[in-house]
Amino acid sequence: MWEVFIQTKPGLSHKHAGTIQAATAEMALQNARDVYTRRKEGTSIWVIPAKYVVTSEGMDKEAFFDPADDKLYRHPTFYQIPNDVKNM
Amino acid sequence: MENQEKFLEYVQAENKVEPKDVMPEDYRKLLVRQMSQHAHSEVVGMLPEANWISRAPSLRRKMALLAKIQDEAGHGLYLYAATETLGNGEITADRDSTYNDMLEGKAKYSSIFNYPALSWADIGAIGWLVDGAAIMNQVMLMGNSYGPYSRAMVRICKEESFHQRQGYEILMTLCRGTKEQKQLAQDALNRFWWAALMMFGPNDDESPNSKKSMNYRVKRESNDHLRQRFVDVTVPQAEFLGLQIPDENLKWNEERGHYDFGELPWDEFMEVLKGNGPANKKRLETKRKAQRENAWVKEAAIAFSEKQENLKMS
Repeated sequence: MWEVFIQTKPGLSHKHAGTIQAATAEMALQNARDVYTRRKEGTSIWVIPAKYVVTSEGMDKEAFFDPADDKLYRHPTFYQIPNDVKNM
Repeated sequence: MENQEKFLEYVQAENKVEPKDVMPEDYRKLLVRQMSQHAHSEVVGMLPEANWISRAPSLRRKMALLAKIQDEAGHGLYLYAATETLGNGEITADRDSTYNDMLEGKAKYSSIFNYPALSWADIGAIGWLVDGAAIMNQVMLMGNSYGPYSRAMVRICKEESFHQRQGYEILMTLCRGTKEQKQLAQDALNRFWWAALMMFGPNDDESPNSKKSMNYRVKRESNDHLRQRFVDVTVPQAEFLGLQIPDENLKWNEERGHYDFGELPWDEFMEVLKGNGPANKKRLETKRKAQRENAWVKEAAIAFSEKQENLKMS
């Protein structure tokens, strides 16, 4: 089983499209092309053996993402700048 | 129980569930059943049409039909892949086992594909009515609560609108042709009308699974509701073709703002469901034969990959 990622045009990130079954990497690429890009949906495809994907899915979301909860100062709106100051 | 309530609250607030999330077992089972049946319907749906590839009346029609049938194989794969995400220690959902359940007659596919495509006009009627009904159902399912299923539906709906249009175009051409050609189109509509309406399933009060499915936000609209919408949009399309819908009770109801239509032939529906439709046996036998005769391809691919691995190691 392979996870399939497709870039829809140059300059964009590869995005997960689904999975494919294949015996070799080359077949996985070809199968992914036939299943996920029949209408020119892609300019590039990555296939990655599904067993090598490490995921946070299934972990406690709140606990895992908790470090970012109290760091509002990472956002621009945290800082008070008068309206008179332009271009910032 | 508390978890069950929390889950219902979560999906009813239009949140999506992803594969590794905690979910009630009956939600998981309902999805495996519905999604694998949906996948089986895509791949069995290839058969009535495949029958006409070699007899399509022009190269343009042949290319379109081939592309449509390829799409259906692809849609089956999206759905099998989405179903596989639901497997856990207790429930198997991998492609080989769900597919085998279908081959062994343990899992169903949509009954509509047990009707044969007898004439070229039937290919038109299948695209227009069968794909039309399927699209209506699938547009509703785009909003379902299980992420992988909902994403598969979005892809499928994007691709499928050409299926319906190519079917309607076939019928339009026949209806503008000779008297005999128009009659072929009328016969096809007569054969597929009721069968297409049956695709939406039993009436709401006869459909015990619907309520659970709607509670879990898998189904978003009831069978009768979708069926009514299908009738409402399809009648004017038939009128444009100059064809007669084979229902003497079909009438616009000003008060309701909908068409009234006759009772469906439910006895026939139950018979086809039980396996006594015109092509049930043939469909399964074709799929079993393909599985048997093409098993060597899979075996060869696996043998090849093992050989490559060994070469790398030595």
